[in-house]
Amino acid sequence: MTAFILRRLLGMVLVLFLVSVLVFVIFIVVPGGDPASRMAGKNPTRQNVINIRHKWGFDRPFYVQYYEMMKKAVTGVLPGPHGQYDVLRSFQNQTDVVQQIKRGMPATFSLAIGAGIIWLTFGIIVGTIAAVTAGGLSDRGITILALIGISMPVFWLGIVSRYFLAEKNSWFPDGEYVPLTQSPVQWAYHLILPWFVLAVLFIGFYGRVLRSNILDTINEDYVRTAKAKGLSPKTVMRKHVLRNSMIPIVTLFGLDFAAVLGGGAILTETVFDLHGVGQYAAESVGDLDLPPIMGVTLYGAFFIVLFSAIIDVLYAFLDPRIRPT
Amino acid sequence: MTEPATDYSPSLDTASALAAEEHEAAIEGRSPWYLAWRRLRRNYVALAFLGLFFLIVICCSLAPLYARYVAHTGPNATHLAETVIVSGKPRQVLSGGGFHVGKSGELVPNAGGVKILGPTWWHAGGRFLLGADQNGRDVAVRLLYGGVTSLKVGIGSALICTLFALTLALLAGYYGGWIDWIAARLFDLIWAFPVLLLAIALGSALTINGFHHFGINVAAGSLWIPTFVISVVLIPYIGRPLRGQILSLREKEFVEASRGLGAGPLRVMFLELLPNVASTALVFFTLIIATNILTEAGLSFLGAGVQPPNASWGVLISEGQDRIVTAPWLTIVPGVAIVLTVLSLNVFGDGLRDALDPRAKVKVSVAAHEHGADT
Repeated sequence: MTAFILRRLLGMVLVLFLVSVLVFVIFIVVPGGDPASRMAGKNPTRQNVINIRHKWGFDRPFYVQYYEMMKKAVTGVLPGPHGQYDVLRSFQNQTDVVQQIKRGMPATFSLAIGAGIIWLTFGIIVGTIAAVTAGGLSDRGITILALIGISMPVFWLGIVSRYFLAEKNSWFPDGEYVPLTQSPVQWAYHLILPWFVLAVLFIGFYGRVLRSNILDTINEDYVRTAKAKGLSPKTVMRKHVLRNSMIPIVTLFGLDFAAVLGGGAILTETVFDLHGVGQYAAESVGDLDLPPIMGVTLYGAFFIVLFSAIIDVLYAFLDPRIRPT
Repeated sequence: MTEPATDYSPSLDTASALAAEEHEAAIEGRSPWYLAWRRLRRNYVALAFLGLFFLIVICCSLAPLYARYVAHTGPNATHLAETVIVSGKPRQVLSGGGFHVGKSGELVPNAGGVKILGPTWWHAGGRFLLGADQNGRDVAVRLLYGGVTSLKVGIGSALICTLFALTLALLAGYYGGWIDWIAARLFDLIWAFPVLLLAIALGSALTINGFHHFGINVAAGSLWIPTFVISVVLIPYIGRPLRGQILSLREKEFVEASRGLGAGPLRVMFLELLPNVASTALVFFTLIIATNILTEAGLSFLGAGVQPPNASWGVLISEGQDRIVTAPWLTIVPGVAIVLTVLSLNVFGDGLRDALDPRAKVKVSVAAHEHGADT
């Protein structure tokens, strides 16, 4: 197990390295990608562009630029005094990228954790009800709602629900994030809409996956044995059917949760103006500002890779047949 | 496997129920595609939604005719100062807004802001059926033209993505070794990205000046850019499961037999392996169109997808969202179009999967669900 974890850690570093190289290459091959000319303003003097290019190192070979950028990203994460150039700074407004990401994290984490709890809980409830009443009226209703749920663009649902629930009738506050430390009640009140809007897609999807898993498991021999032993239907469901049907849900949840935690809910964050990490990335992309995109991509990739490693370990505990190799 | 217990028999899984009914004798000597068609034929829900999808495709492809003969306008024609007769009464397309000179000579905004003509529902002889937008353009016409764009990008990227993934998976699965290693690492690498972030980074990087490398020239506003971007970021979601299937197929006896008969790599790949994964690829293709239409909408909404003046459903929503209070139809109409299209593809894709492989159940759509592409 130790060897497995070590290998995964090593693989993680490798993947993050490749991810950063790929992001760098995307922006290097962009024809209009010279940041110096954009930083120098409209109709800049030639000398000004050259000065900026030299000061920021854009005239150096790309591998030196890459190395410098990564070095700055690492120093930015470490504690200690930071000077003008030794941390990763945005080309556009010279703000410290790591600080900006840190500033966005509370909103992103609040969104991810709340929505994650909602979609997991409701997904399990919905999927179980649908499976138990398979073929019945509530199963049909749930299946139809779930399909509609996974077919809705999340940002559209966000805009429309904001319009009906926050603008036309002011039942809910209209976007913005209130820090938990400032007022827990306002924090939750402001996040209810984003939580549910983000969760809808996942509830529909998890419900469907779980329903079909339960229907598969229910026909297994060991379930029949459990029934024959005289266990109550509730116990059979909870201890034998649900436990086994949940394994694929664990994988799904791990990856989806990691993606949202890593700022992947760009659309939801933007629509509700939460100023999380994802929205920061979306705003920087518009300016073709490489350092923030690099920062957020690495941050997001870190969570995805970390969680897929955690899932692999968790899997081995849940299902002893799977041995990590 | 035992027969499904009667108290849990799922009637919505029509196809799997039908498959269970099929007697061995009836299956004998039939091709799997014929059997699948026979199952699909009886799944009326799936067929109805396929019909809905084709209806949407046909409606969108008739956009020029609708624009010319019904709405009498074009997708980008503005009618800023025009009056339309709605139910016999003249109504202005755009009115209000602006300022008037107040008592002490300052400019005071007029109350109510700009009023935009709402849906006329055939009361204006087909003009502004679904209302106008802030530039006095016909929403119904733009919806149809936008649909053409969204469908082109969605279907095109699904095609490219599936073909790419299939080729990679075939090469990786057949040759194994370092080719497989590279393909697998490529899938892992793209998989490790936050999907939407990679897509907007690629999309906005390419929309600045287009792409002019390796003898390929793509203009900045081209639809090829979102099509390509979406297909690249979604490759692992098809490529990974297909590779897995091919890895297990290549160990099967029929592949060995074919090799023993002297078949070359191409023959084994395309005549032995491909037919065995074709049904999975087809289901993926259907489901990924739905995902791609959603991804395109999200990308365009963030400004990194289809570029104006090209309209797509995502662009329409993004243009309309600022005016949702005064003109909600601008946002709601294209959204409903997306939901209907994606829903029809999802339902049909499910039906197709059930028909092609009743035992595959939900596995295919689990793989097609990419974490966070539409969040």
